[in-house]
Amino acid sequence: MTSKSNANTLKNFPRRHLLTCEGLSAEEINFLLGLADKAADHIRRGGRKRDVLAGRTLINLFFESSTRTQASFEMAGKHLSADVMNMNVATSSVTKGETLIDTAVTLNAMRPDIIVVRHHAAGAVELLSQKVDCSVINAGDGAHQHPTQALLDALTIRRAKGRVAGLTVAICGDILHSRVARSNINVLNALGARVRLIAPSTLLPSSPERLGCEVFTDMWKGLEGADVVMMLRLQRERMDASYVPSSREFFHFFGLDHEKLARAKPDALVMHPGPMNRGVEIASTVADHSRSVIREQVEMGVAVRMAVLEALSAHLASFEEQAP
Amino acid sequence: MSKAIEKPKNVGKATVFINARVIDPASRRDEPGGLLVKDGLIADVGSHLRRNAPDGATVIDCKGHVLAPGLIDAQVFTGEPGYEHRETLKTASHAAAAGGITTIVVMPDTNPVIDQVALVDFIQRRARDNALVHVHTMAALTKGLKGEEMTEIGLLKRAGAIAFSNGKGSVANTRVMRNALNYAKDFNALVVHHTEDTYLSGSGAMNSGEVASRLGLPGTSKLAETIMLERDVRLVEMTGGRYHAATISCAESVDVVRNAKARKLPVTCGVSINHLTLNENDIGPYRTFLKVRPPLRREEDRVAMVKGLANGDIDIVVSSHDPQDADTKRRPFSEAADGANGLETLLSAALRLVHSGDITLAAMLKALTINPARLLGLHSGRISKGAVADLVLFDPGEPWVVNKDLLRSRSKNTPFDEAKMQGRVLRTMVAGETVYEYAGVERT
Repeated sequence: MTSKSNANTLKNFPRRHLLTCEGLSAEEINFLLGLADKAADHIRRGGRKRDVLAGRTLINLFFESSTRTQASFEMAGKHLSADVMNMNVATSSVTKGETLIDTAVTLNAMRPDIIVVRHHAAGAVELLSQKVDCSVINAGDGAHQHPTQALLDALTIRRAKGRVAGLTVAICGDILHSRVARSNINVLNALGARVRLIAPSTLLPSSPERLGCEVFTDMWKGLEGADVVMMLRLQRERMDASYVPSSREFFHFFGLDHEKLARAKPDALVMHPGPMNRGVEIASTVADHSRSVIREQVEMGVAVRMAVLEALSAHLASFEEQAP
Repeated sequence: MSKAIEKPKNVGKATVFINARVIDPASRRDEPGGLLVKDGLIADVGSHLRRNAPDGATVIDCKGHVLAPGLIDAQVFTGEPGYEHRETLKTASHAAAAGGITTIVVMPDTNPVIDQVALVDFIQRRARDNALVHVHTMAALTKGLKGEEMTEIGLLKRAGAIAFSNGKGSVANTRVMRNALNYAKDFNALVVHHTEDTYLSGSGAMNSGEVASRLGLPGTSKLAETIMLERDVRLVEMTGGRYHAATISCAESVDVVRNAKARKLPVTCGVSINHLTLNENDIGPYRTFLKVRPPLRREEDRVAMVKGLANGDIDIVVSSHDPQDADTKRRPFSEAADGANGLETLLSAALRLVHSGDITLAAMLKALTINPARLLGLHSGRISKGAVADLVLFDPGEPWVVNKDLLRSRSKNTPFDEAKMQGRVLRTMVAGETVYEYAGVERT
């Protein structure tokens, strides 16, 4: 990569880490989506590996299991010729009492270039990023953020609809515990979409309207005229914790079936970050319907992660150039 | 609005009440007049009907007695299903009719607990087939009334549950209560709660204080009630859920509710007729028929309740009818079951307060008719053209003595046994059909 193209990349994405979607500008997001668009087309054409990250080390540090996201980052890294290492943290010294900071310091000593981190605690990735010298990508921290998910959702919408601005996007389900929802609210708002949140009051965070969204507790009303219906996964333990009475009642009032979907626009997209609970938050027939772009979301996941890795790698080169 | 199965309307018949004192708190009507019932509905009302009856109508001369909307009793424990030896929907409805009550709301404390759609449906069908009066049901707020997991509030409401209650038990888990209030709000469902911190009330058998000390009975502090009530009000403030304290019993609780209302919170409360008309001294020599929950309090508390009712701090009056069989009441006081029979004596006991000048008849009737109707979203509880003809005709001056053996309820645990009453029900009409008529002599 030349210094000239680096300069262009840095100008459009002037960040070392990707920890949150909060504060990302429309320009930054569109820049990443532009890179991702090209990456997606490249993969679809059966293009060969690119050498953007050749000689670079990417560590997938997952404190919480996630086959899909981890595989997606691994695939993205390999498409860009990175050396990818998956850290199986569940069996590591972390479970023996080592603190997150100890882990970070240890990893840092190995001098990786990029670390992708998932952790069950909100803020953990931010903390780790302060203790390492490399770039850090948040692959999900508690109920806080999951930036690449929001970007891949925006890319999926943009490719299907040609735009994001002006669209009405309904995010439905367990908003309270969802990092996907929080990230999406940031990205969609930044791109000029109208965001609606639909959930029972027990699954809404406090002051949800302060997040820049319209809030509905009636799904039939909330879906009225929506361009995009984004469903969220409902963890089974929410029933035990008395957030909702039962999966039967949840599906009746907040599950996406054809009857409720009919309230949205006829060409509305159906999205889900997966894995789905069929018959809990989404009916099987809706999940598999022609309006569903759930498989495209997975495909765009690899492209978006390639875009993010590419954008951050430009900074790696920049730091090395500046180093004494 | 509730979808409970309605009584079939009495089609084709016209009945006219003449020479009545018509009182309707909803429209502030209190005037000599008459009322025409046609096809189960109120077809006309006013002074022009005072003496004139349309041709062909059955004429009922009220002889100047009070004609009012039928009473709505928002807290009735029945034994069906599970404890039919105490009471069935049928026997409860007969007792209600004799007491001038045209709508009863049964509580979910049955066996099995009314916490599923099929059980709401069961109550409605049994009531339709067997009951003389309108029957609605509250559904359980938490599964099995255990206070741990909320029920399917949306589906239960859709099936016809009129409100959600944990019955005789409180939801001790604050998080569960918060979630239930928050969730119920989305369905505009009313949460009705018995407020008692059972950790504090412990094994108390009556109000704690001097009388309990003298009787040697374990006491229950009224703090157990107000602490839980204060907590609930805070949760209402947080969630915005509609909340009704089922039966408060002490002066401090009235203050809590008054303050909540002053802050425009969706909080209401009820009081049982027992707590309005009796106090802890009435327990006398360990009379277990006066063992109720919450326990009867001091006279000062009773007076505060009456004042609270008169000035609108307390919204509704309930019988808190809780039939108990002899086996559970014929025990040492501390071991006897809580609960008092109350449907048949509700109006007469309430009239005691009217006769004593503590409250106006209109204010008392308001708490027994239109207020519970509004609280529960019912169209009844008022006298207006087009409303269902649910009516009570009563003589507020008629003296009588309560004889527990003559009560229609299957259980006889009335705290008013042998009490002298002034005022009795002469006729009760449900959807245009007379379901009770006083024959002038009590049955034997």
